[in-house]
Amino acid sequence: MLKLILQRFGAACFTLAFIAIVVFGAVELMPGNACTAYLGRDAKGAKLESCEKRLGLDRPAFERFGEWAGRLAQGDLGESVRRGKPITELVGWRLRNTIVLAVTALLFGIPIAIGLGVLAALRRDRPVDILLSTTAIFAMTIPEFVSATLLILVFSIGLGWAAGVVTVSYKAPVLDLLANSILPAVTLTLVLTAHILRMVRSSVIDVLESEYVLMAHLKGVPFGRIVWRHVLPNSLLPAISVIGLTMAWLLGGVVVVESVYNYPGLGRMAVDAVADRDIPLIQAIALLICGLYILSNLATDVLALMLNPRLRTYRT
Amino acid sequence: MIGAAPEIGRNARQPRLLARIVARPSGAVGLALVILHVGVALLAPFLVPHDFAAQNADAILLPPSTRYWFGTDMLGRDVFTRTLLGGREAMLICTIATALAVFWGGIVGILVALVGGWIDNAVMRCADALMSMPWILFVMIFVAALGTGTATLIPILSVSYGLSVVYLARSAALEFVTRDFVLAAQARGESRRTIIFRELLPNVRDSLAVQGAMQWSWMILGVSSLSYLGMGVPPPNPDWGLMVADARSIMSAAPWTAIFPMLALSSLIIGANLAVDATAKALGIDRNARGQG
Repeated sequence: MLKLILQRFGAACFTLAFIAIVVFGAVELMPGNACTAYLGRDAKGAKLESCEKRLGLDRPAFERFGEWAGRLAQGDLGESVRRGKPITELVGWRLRNTIVLAVTALLFGIPIAIGLGVLAALRRDRPVDILLSTTAIFAMTIPEFVSATLLILVFSIGLGWAAGVVTVSYKAPVLDLLANSILPAVTLTLVLTAHILRMVRSSVIDVLESEYVLMAHLKGVPFGRIVWRHVLPNSLLPAISVIGLTMAWLLGGVVVVESVYNYPGLGRMAVDAVADRDIPLIQAIALLICGLYILSNLATDVLALMLNPRLRTYRT
Repeated sequence: MIGAAPEIGRNARQPRLLARIVARPSGAVGLALVILHVGVALLAPFLVPHDFAAQNADAILLPPSTRYWFGTDMLGRDVFTRTLLGGREAMLICTIATALAVFWGGIVGILVALVGGWIDNAVMRCADALMSMPWILFVMIFVAALGTGTATLIPILSVSYGLSVVYLARSAALEFVTRDFVLAAQARGESRRTIIFRELLPNVRDSLAVQGAMQWSWMILGVSSLSYLGMGVPPPNPDWGLMVADARSIMSAAPWTAIFPMLALSSLIIGANLAVDATAKALGIDRNARGQG
């Protein structure tokens, strides 16, 4: 058990290190560097030289990577070209805000998705299932910025129930922030629910068709008891690892949703960083978001291992 | 969808396949939507009633009327014209990028399945690691360094979306690498290239075509999201994502500036998804394994 957890932990560390190399190497391989991107047409002469000197770009790539990675390991993300500030300072509050938004979506989305997914599976091919499944497919296929814009049109402009834009400061207390971020949270929850609902549904249907459920039917176990004792535990355990995988979607979706609603999080900052062509900042944010994904995946993996004894012998 | 059609078309099963796709209501609707969109994209320059870039100070934010069917935007440009033209660049970018992604992803996937061993292991570990980065961040790093435009978007998209093709091609090819006809070819001393192109590729072609079609619709979604964020199709050109982004600040006064491009984009993506699902079912391919969404 401990060995398995350590194995997963090792894989997570490898992934993070590999991503760091890719994030650093991608920029090195491309023509130009952080200074030419940032300065644009002014990238010549003394201006370019002083910028390159400031970022240490006059030194060889390996030396810089070593230094960059070393400082990363100590929690120092470097300095933004545009904003002239340490990135750690810029990113801190926004990281919190993004986590708040993602966790809110998960807290509401997972229970709703499990409830509706089980309902759809039990009423398979009946009107309820068709309605839920079709809505889920629509919610999953249309781009997040379209669903977000639609929600603004209906609930903010049409009905006036919630603000269409988040106006609170990025340093606002969590509850204040959430009270002003109903629509971004709803958008993310909606799409997240759709993703998980479909997987829960198919997982429950698989179990319902299994031989031990048939056996339970045949020996006269009441249907409610079959669902609680046989179907749910066996179908929801695999869903845990799947929820970990949806995090990749969630963290990518956050970038778009935050921008639509002007939510002061990491995603919007990344978009601003691209507009300013602030390469060190976007590298740092990409790594942070990756780190969040790897961490949450590790957590769901370990949780699944602890709850599902079959996995422990299955994959060694 | 586009990437898939000609490849399936060469096959003798074509009439039956098409009939089987259209036999499902979802397949018929999906295919109709895709054909409509592709037709409009191809013919739009001859269909549009106005110049897409012509600004008109006397016709700012007009609601839909007989003259301006979808109304006008904040510069007095015709929304109908821009909606008809708004998918062209994205569709072109995605078609080329999908072809490239399926090409390199397919070859790498089949190759590692055939070679196996530590190379397979190493490649897949690296692919796993890369998949843990949301694709949009991957694209953002490159756009920050290189700026935006068709020339940067196509290679970046084909690299990032090709990763899930690698997975699919590998798992599809793994079913065949231990079959007798592959072993026989190896025993005959056929070169690795012959085995890939003559023995394995024809067997995974259907799966690859379906995956390519799926990639295409994901990519349309991706490119329009990038355009919305200001990193995709550059501004003077009409694009659905860009139009919705422009409509943000004026949506309460002029909802039509947002609604029509959103309808166009959503109907294309939903249509493509329905058509791909129906095609996969008609070909008997299980498409539960999804890559990047």
